[in-house]
Amino acid sequence: MELPDPIHQFEIKEIVPLHLGATNVSFTNSALFMVLAVLIGCGFLLLASSRRRLVPGRWQSSAELTYEFVANTLRSSAGSQGMKFFPLVFSLFLFILMVNLFGMVPYFFTVTSHLIVTAALSILVIGLVVVYGFYKNGLGFFRLFVPHGVPGVILPFVVFIEVLSFVSRPISLSIRLFANILAGHITLKVFAGFIVVLSSLGWFGWIAAVLPLILTVALTALEVLVAVLQAYVFAILTSLYLNDAIHPGH
Amino acid sequence: MEGTATAGFIVAQLEATPAAPAEAAPAAEPGAPLTDAAHGELAGVVIEEHATEEHGGTFPPFDSTYFASQLLWLAISFVVLYLLMSRVIIPRIGGILEDRRDRIARDLDQAGRLKQQSDEANAAYVKALSDARANAFRIAAEARDKAKGEAAARQAEIEKSLDGKLAAAETRIGEIKAKALADVGAIAAEAAEAVVDRLVGLKASATELKDAVGAARSGGTGNA
Repeated sequence: MELPDPIHQFEIKEIVPLHLGATNVSFTNSALFMVLAVLIGCGFLLLASSRRRLVPGRWQSSAELTYEFVANTLRSSAGSQGMKFFPLVFSLFLFILMVNLFGMVPYFFTVTSHLIVTAALSILVIGLVVVYGFYKNGLGFFRLFVPHGVPGVILPFVVFIEVLSFVSRPISLSIRLFANILAGHITLKVFAGFIVVLSSLGWFGWIAAVLPLILTVALTALEVLVAVLQAYVFAILTSLYLNDAIHPGH
Repeated sequence: MEGTATAGFIVAQLEATPAAPAEAAPAAEPGAPLTDAAHGELAGVVIEEHATEEHGGTFPPFDSTYFASQLLWLAISFVVLYLLMSRVIIPRIGGILEDRRDRIARDLDQAGRLKQQSDEANAAYVKALSDARANAFRIAAEARDKAKGEAAARQAEIEKSLDGKLAAAETRIGEIKAKALADVGAIAAEAAEAVVDRLVGLKASATELKDAVGAARSGGTGNA
């Protein structure tokens, strides 16, 4: 028996084929789970907060906790001025959290396992940082690359490093999320595949399959953690980058 | 763009004959003695499959066929999410939290005010109590003093009246005593007359008796 293909889960399938001129804009399984993530995420927050009770119940409490968690993350990173970006950061957090968690359900497609999606999200963030940085500070935004108190001799070198680190931000931001989700899902699939393959080898295989089974269970827990953590990491990095746009001086 | 088109083309071709390579490939591996034509056809299919894997099918995350679709649907769903967030969800949950914060602040404020009021009331009560106690002490002291004064005055009055009565009684006693003493001579004279009469049988005159009594009294007085 062959190992199940661990890449198969990332394939995009058209559900409703659509074409805009020569461009394929079909409604795919990826699009389905994006829409589901938005619907379920918003539906949860809307239903949980619909009673507007002074003393919250369990559902309302969880919605409030999510709200305050993201709000505190943003406020502690970007200050109260950063709160004007709260809808964006909360949207990013909720979207990534929901698609990541959907990805943990067997046979569900993981939207963030495609680099184009994470790249688009991180370009949105960095683009906003650049545009808002210049809009708010004008050319003063370039102070971001010139730290205070650096001797003149090594200043060009430091500025070069700062520019490099700024340029690499969208790359690292998108690759971090994409690679974590992709690698996690492949690993999970491979170990789960081992169980199937080993258990087809008779009684010895059944015993040997216990090890990958334990690993799969442990990895599933780890992947749920990674799914939540990566959403948080994306949100907090967005907050930190926005802080740079608001306060460019180091 | 060119790569996208090529990949799409190859995928489309592959989908057109999905079962063919899967069935053909295992047959081709062990089967060495085949006609050149059949071999060539099989080789063509295999090459085509390889090409498909290299460009389009190999690694779906880097397959550019659906980049546009993913970006479009990401934009649509994310914009909807953002609008729902900024228009409905955040104002609502933020409103709930704000209301609660206001309510708690108001309640704390009221509690503080009530506590202050109760503290004030307590202080007033304690003050009233101590005032009342002081008042009571004062009234008691006054009453005591007054009663004492009255009692002293009464006592003095009674003592005075008693003194008066005592003095009157003493005066009377003195008078009675003087009168009694004054009568003593006559009684003695009478007694002496009776004694003389009985013993001697003589009738002494009043003047003699009186002189004798006088002599005896002054002598007796002298002797005593």
